[in-house]
Formats: sequence, C-alpha cells, structure tokens
Amino acid sequence: MNIVVCIKQVPDTEAQIKVAGGGKSIVTDDIKWVMNPYDEYGVEEALKLKEAQGGEVTVVGVGPKRVTESLRTALAMGADKAVLVEDANFYGADPIAAAKVLAAVIKGLNPDIIFFGQRAVDDDAGIAASAVAEYLGLPQLSTVIKLEIADGKAKATRPVEGMTLILEAPLPVVVTAQKGLNEPRYASLPGIMKAKKKPLEVKTLADLGLERADKLEVLALTPPPQRAAGKKIAGETPDELAANLAKALNEEAKAI
Amino acid sequence: MAGVWVIAEQRDGEFRKITYEVASAAKKVADELGAEVTAVVLGQGMAGACANLGKYGVKKVLCVEGEAFAKYTTDAYSQAIAALAAEGAPDVILLGASMQGKDLGGRLAAKLDTSIAVDCTKLAVENGRLKATRPMYAGKVYADVAIKTNPQIASLRSNVFSILETGGEAAVENASPAIGEIKAKVVEEQKEAAGKIELTEAQVIVSGGRGMKDAEGFKVLEDLAGILKAAVGASRSAVDAGWRPQTDQVGQTGKVVTPNLYIACGISGAIQHLAGMASSKVIVAINKDADAPIHSKADFCVVGDLFNVVPKLTEEIKKIKAAG
Repeated sequence: MNIVVCIKQVPDTEAQIKVAGGGKSIVTDDIKWVMNPYDEYGVEEALKLKEAQGGEVTVVGVGPKRVTESLRTALAMGADKAVLVEDANFYGADPIAAAKVLAAVIKGLNPDIIFFGQRAVDDDAGIAASAVAEYLGLPQLSTVIKLEIADGKAKATRPVEGMTLILEAPLPVVVTAQKGLNEPRYASLPGIMKAKKKPLEVKTLADLGLERADKLEVLALTPPPQRAAGKKIAGETPDELAANLAKALNEEAKAI
Repeated sequence: MAGVWVIAEQRDGEFRKITYEVASAAKKVADELGAEVTAVVLGQGMAGACANLGKYGVKKVLCVEGEAFAKYTTDAYSQAIAALAAEGAPDVILLGASMQGKDLGGRLAAKLDTSIAVDCTKLAVENGRLKATRPMYAGKVYADVAIKTNPQIASLRSNVFSILETGGEAAVENASPAIGEIKAKVVEEQKEAAGKIELTEAQVIVSGGRGMKDAEGFKVLEDLAGILKAAVGASRSAVDAGWRPQTDQVGQTGKVVTPNLYIACGISGAIQHLAGMASSKVIVAINKDADAPIHSKADFCVVGDLFNVVPKLTEEIKKIKAAG
C-alpha cells in the first residue's frame, strides 16, 4: 500500500492571533507552529494502515522552510519519507492554489490512498483535499471517523447533520480525517532520532514547473467584533441566581 | 447577463433550511449586481418543491431530476453543477457551508478553475465583484476576501443569513447535464434519533465542560436543553474525557456554532473553545470560578455551582414558558 499524507503547518490552537501591519496577514513572531491537529489523525491512520497491510508512508507539505519541523514530526511518528515544496511566501495562499502544487507532487508518488486533515485550523477552509481529488481524477471521502480498506476498496463512516453515512469508493482515493478516527501516537525518542536520518526531499515550484496562481485574494484581515462587557447576575442563593438569569434572558435579551 | 446561482440542498425530497438562507442572501447580491437568481435543484421528485423557491427571490430553477441525484454524492452533484455552470456562465455561485456544501465546494471550484470563499458570514458587492467576509482561526480573525475569476463561489454559514420572503414566481426548467462515473457511493444511512438538533443549526445550545465532572453530570444540561429545544454541546476537555461524543464538540477543533443563545456551564473558556462560540448572539456563562475567562465573553455571568443553578434555571424557564 502506497500511502500519502498531506500536512499543513498551522499556529497552535492556543495561540493569540493578531493582524499584522498592512492588514493582510497575521503577526507570526510569537506563533508556535504545529502540525494541523486534523492532519495528525491522517498520519496515524496511514501508519495503522501500513502496519496492518504493509507499504510506505510519504508525507507532503508546501510552505516556508519551517514546515520541515512538522514533516519531521510525522517522520518521527513513523512515516518513511517526506517531500517539502519550499516557498517562503506560501503561507496564507489560496487553498486551491496549494492543491495544484500538492496534486503535482502526489501524481509522481502514485499512491493508493491520500490522507488530509478534514480542514486546517488556520484558514478553516477544508477545500484543498477535494481540489486535489479533482485534479487527480479520484473519488473523495470527507470528514471520516472510521475507515476500512480491503479488496481495493475504501469503506468510510462520515457523520453529517442528523445522520451518519457509510460511503464506499474504489482505490485510489482521497480521505479527510475527522477527530474520532483514531488516537494519534506521540513521537518516541528513538522515533525522533530515526526521523533525522529519513529522506526529506525539498523541491521548489519551479522544479514542478508551476507558478503560484492564487484566485482567492485576501482584501483585509480584521480582529473579531468586540463584545460589550457582560452583566453579572445578582443573587445569593441558587434560586435567586436562577430566577434573575431567567428574567434577564426573557425580558432583556428576549432569548427564550 | 450576470447571474447569481444558488445550489439548493435537499434531503429526502425536502429543502433544508440553509437553502432558504442562501437563496435570500443570493437575492440581495443579485439586486446589487443588477442580476437575477437561478437555483439549481438536484434530486428526485423535486419538481413540485422547485416553484416554491420563488418566494425567496429565485427567478429561475434548473431542476435536475434522476435517481443518481436523489441522494447527494460528490461525483454526481459536482459533475452536474459544473456542466450547467460551464453552459450558463454565472458570475456568482452560492451554496450552504453545510456538510454537503463543504464536501462539494472545493471540488466545484477546482472543476470550474476558480476558487471559493468558505463558511462566509457576510456578503457585499464592491465594484461589481463579490466581497465575502469569513472567520479564520475559528473566529480569532475575520477576513474580507474576493475571488478574481468567475464564477465567484462562496459557501454561507448556517444560521447567519436571514430568510427573507420577498415574494415572486420562479420559472422551473428541467435540465439534464451529462455525468460520468459515480465512484464514491452512499451504501448506508444511519439516521439519528428523531428530534436531535444539530449544533451548527441550533438556535439554542446548552454546553458543558470539565465542570460537569462526569458523563452523568450532563443530565442537568439535557433537562435544560429539553425545555429550550436546545442542542447539547461540549468543550474539548469533556469530549476528551469521553463524557460526550466528538460530534458534540464546540471549538476550534470541533464545531463553530452561531446560535441565538449559548449557555456555557462549567466551561472555563480556553481560547480554542471561545473561538468556536464567540459569534453566538447571547452568551451565558455559569461557572463557580469568578475569574474563569468564559465570564469575559459572556453577556450574562452567573458565578455559582452549575449543579445547583441549572436545575433551578430549568424550573424558572418552565414557569416562563407555561405563562407564555
């Protein structure tokens, strides 16, 4: 089984996000960069699949040099090799443009299955995977919490509003991982040592014969609207607190 | 002529609420562009329902009927819509940022060689182009974005755009776009118990965190939710502790929610949770720790033990509801 996992490096979810001067990007100075949490489920599922059925796991990323760290993390978890398409200015790119780059790399790897996180927790777009599937002419199984691979087919469990779908598609297939798919392993110390010697190939857009072509343009980033200070509900006892809260919700907020 | 298209969403032959929200938003955009709204409806036995979209400002419906479209599949829907759009050349395509819309949008954008603004909370028109506002980093930042190529595609967050009955008639036209192979198929649907309200579509959410102590602790929230016809949500710590299923998680690594009323119980307010619920209209925090960060985001703060306050609150709201 030839398995690819696409990895995005994102700010840690505990990070405060501030808009940079110019208003089109974020301040990156104090950001702790991590592997997108949903991608960890993708890496884990790839490793489980390799352990059960044999094969090789390649992790692929696109972005500045720092993305190397997240690829090394995946290698330390147990992936076999990595490819980075290095581009210093790629962070914040149109996800569809990123998908074109990823598709070009993945095509050369000829995988049976391609994992993505169901969305990256920075731009929250969740569209690169399906765009890659389109560019490669493959089916997609999105936001999956259970996956079985057998007889050249993938069977996936996908929760949607009010129900759970069971989907089937032939390999090769693009799968996006949702929380619940598995429990991602931590990189062990020997794993981290080994990862340093695993192959990590660095390419450029020019190597792939590509130019970045964003069609989605960021006009302005702004901080979220500030909320007015809240009101402390008066009361000494639970009865008073509950009565005063119910009254405020009913009369002031008209929310019940 | 410029056109604004709406991708309708139906389940079992009935339009989902998001369809009306998207149609209403499309009407506003179309008015500013001096254009008309066309809805694309895919399904089986939908012909009767199609004309009804006129009420929300839709002028024309392209109705794609057939067994292949009865239930959503990425392959059938994306191929059919792309074929119609290649012919009809709309300037703008709007759809819901529902599970279906999130699966479809990226594929459609790639097929039509354009891009998409996902999960938008505001739309405007500037110099004849769509300007979409969308939260990023789960709402820690808002981005105004534009798409340089046509069709400009945007998916709209549930519960944000008002449904407006502007009145009117929609002309229904049958369309039969050619589609190829359907590779990813739905082999089974497991329906949840009737009456369960989806977090992303809920008007009221009662949510619990580490302060719920265990899975049984959520019983008091279930009772309150029952009275309020609310969905029950959970923080990451409550989900990671195994007290609630992952599908209940609100936050940056769970669901981003936009209810009218969000009642946070025993939730301290980690930044990744706040990001997921901060755009709720009215926020209530019930937490015995007066310094919990959740209180700084709330409109109404109750400093008290939720296990004492919440059951009383349920009683009080029962009284209010009974008094009507």
